[in-house]
Amino acid sequence: MTRPAARTSADRLARLLNLVPYLLARPGIEVAEAAGDLGVTERQLREDLELLWVCGLPGYGPGDLIDMAFDGDRVTITYDAGIDRPLRLTPDEALALVVALRMLAETPGVANRDAVERALAKIENAAGDLVGAPVAVRLPGEGRRVQELRAAVERRRALRITYYTAARDESTERTIDPLRMLMVDGRAYVEAWCRRAEAVRLFRADRIDAVVELDEPAVVPPQARPHDLRQGVFRPSPDLPLITLRIGRGERWITEYYPCERVEVDGDRWVVSLRVTDLGWARRFVLGLGPDVTVVAPVELAAQVRAQATAALEAYATPVLSAGPAGPVTAR
Amino acid sequence: MSRSRTERLVNLVICLLSTRRFLTAAQIAATVPGYEHDPDDAKEHEAFQRKFERDKAELRELGVPLETGTASVFDAEPGYRIAHREYALPDIPLAPDEAAAVGIAARLWQHAGLAAAASSGLAKLRAAGVDVDPQATLGLEPMVTVDPSFAPLTAAARDRREVTFDYRVPDRDAPTRRRLQPWGVVCWRGRWYVVGHDRDRAATRCFRLSRVVGTVRVTGAPGGYEPPPGLDLISHVATWSGPVERTGRATVLATPGRAAGLRRWAIQSVPGPDGDRLVLPYADPESLAGQLVGYGPDVRVLDPPEVRDAVIQRLKEIAARHDELAVAGGAR
Repeated sequence: MTRPAARTSADRLARLLNLVPYLLARPGIEVAEAAGDLGVTERQLREDLELLWVCGLPGYGPGDLIDMAFDGDRVTITYDAGIDRPLRLTPDEALALVVALRMLAETPGVANRDAVERALAKIENAAGDLVGAPVAVRLPGEGRRVQELRAAVERRRALRITYYTAARDESTERTIDPLRMLMVDGRAYVEAWCRRAEAVRLFRADRIDAVVELDEPAVVPPQARPHDLRQGVFRPSPDLPLITLRIGRGERWITEYYPCERVEVDGDRWVVSLRVTDLGWARRFVLGLGPDVTVVAPVELAAQVRAQATAALEAYATPVLSAGPAGPVTAR
Repeated sequence: MSRSRTERLVNLVICLLSTRRFLTAAQIAATVPGYEHDPDDAKEHEAFQRKFERDKAELRELGVPLETGTASVFDAEPGYRIAHREYALPDIPLAPDEAAAVGIAARLWQHAGLAAAASSGLAKLRAAGVDVDPQATLGLEPMVTVDPSFAPLTAAARDRREVTFDYRVPDRDAPTRRRLQPWGVVCWRGRWYVVGHDRDRAATRCFRLSRVVGTVRVTGAPGGYEPPPGLDLISHVATWSGPVERTGRATVLATPGRAAGLRRWAIQSVPGPDGDRLVLPYADPESLAGQLVGYGPDVRVLDPPEVRDAVIQRLKEIAARHDELAVAGGAR
């Protein structure tokens, strides 16, 4: 791996080689605008220009050096010494752009897919054989609901939604002020200010069971901040309840689907610890996992699981009051 | 990198771009500022050579196509030059909406390394004169995340080089070493897979990138194999995890106001004296049983018997398992 210091130096060289053609393409651009565009401070940009000014063709006389004209805060390159084009894309750059564009093109409900596909074709063409990039993308197509939500989010209206919260197994009505729509790990979400929770929340599109567009604009309070999703959608916080389960071979998939804090091997069994938002959810989760799972901690979860299983068995021992199933129901 | 080093490298690039003849290290030292030294002084000469090697490596790392050759058949010493045609990014005529799409794509990466690659790639497009609207949005933006093995596997597939890696399947106790000729990498429903020819199984195999343990080692020479003609990467992954048809119908009795999660996908719901009768479509009786057990006494299966029996069996085992736990806990 490249050391951070070496990285910065390589970055500066790359930036300088880019700067000349960038300015060449935009004669008379304001220094501040260029700095903003290139993601550097104005001061840094001026230092870069000073350095370029003493670089040039062998001979290094007045006519050989890179030259520029300043007009107040505007700059124009008057001699480029041969760096008139940016360097071509590296394999990583081409790959990063092409894969992200393919991802966009495959995202259901994305606006202006046509532009994405045209851009993709042109970048692939320019990158040449770098993008034999053997990467294919296919995302699930919950297209209609996602498209409906996206259109509503774009109109910047508040929405009234019926939302299913798996953590509490309940459907609730909420009014939300949407910020944006995004797709994480193949799932679409609406990120919005939730007036009920008075916080920014991510709502999974496939759990939004109904949407009504309200006749009022979406108003997001200034303190609302979008989520940092680099660590995934669910980042277990240390103040959430920790549960520990002893699981059989068939349930080891848990460790791939849920962020586990600890996994210990105990012979054929694994002992896994994970944070849960709600003990009620944990109870449904454990019951649903099957017989080869035992709650190790907390004790109250073990007690709840036992109580629920016993109560359910008692219910099966009691005959059903109403006679016959509702309507003709047959396994097809 | 000190200012003088950056300056030297910019001058080196300009010098090598401007020459048609291959320039030897000695000629470069005599021309480009920053390499001045006494070639007859062994110590100074050695220092120069080290410096020049470092600089060449730095340029190559940036993707500068440094050509090596000799100026004439009489020259024994290799020389260097940069062909403008190889150096320069080809013209990419992007329409404003296409440029906006590339700008959006570049900020989707949540993986630090590829995010940096995407933004430096975008900077090159800007330097080529493309204006990118930073405010543009496509309404719905996918967050692009990849597993650590993504970059090495993609590079190996591109270069057609065999790789070796350790692969952990959760229901196996230990990872196994696999030898693969990767054809390509696929994102399917938000998960990444590599598809290729498994050398040990002598068959086509898909591997989930998140299950690759440790580093991917490249073991084969470039161009070591040829993927099958007309390869459709997606089809290999899609056949492994296609959608399931829910043709079975189960009738359950649910406590009013409970089991919201089940009600969402019930195709029929009829209130009765002892609860609501829900009709649920299902594919596999065992996995349906798992879901139903999660609701404990709030849900009772009426039909079909295979689901009802599976639920009762699971409940008995769960109760027994947690009974033992309670006894053990109480005895302590």
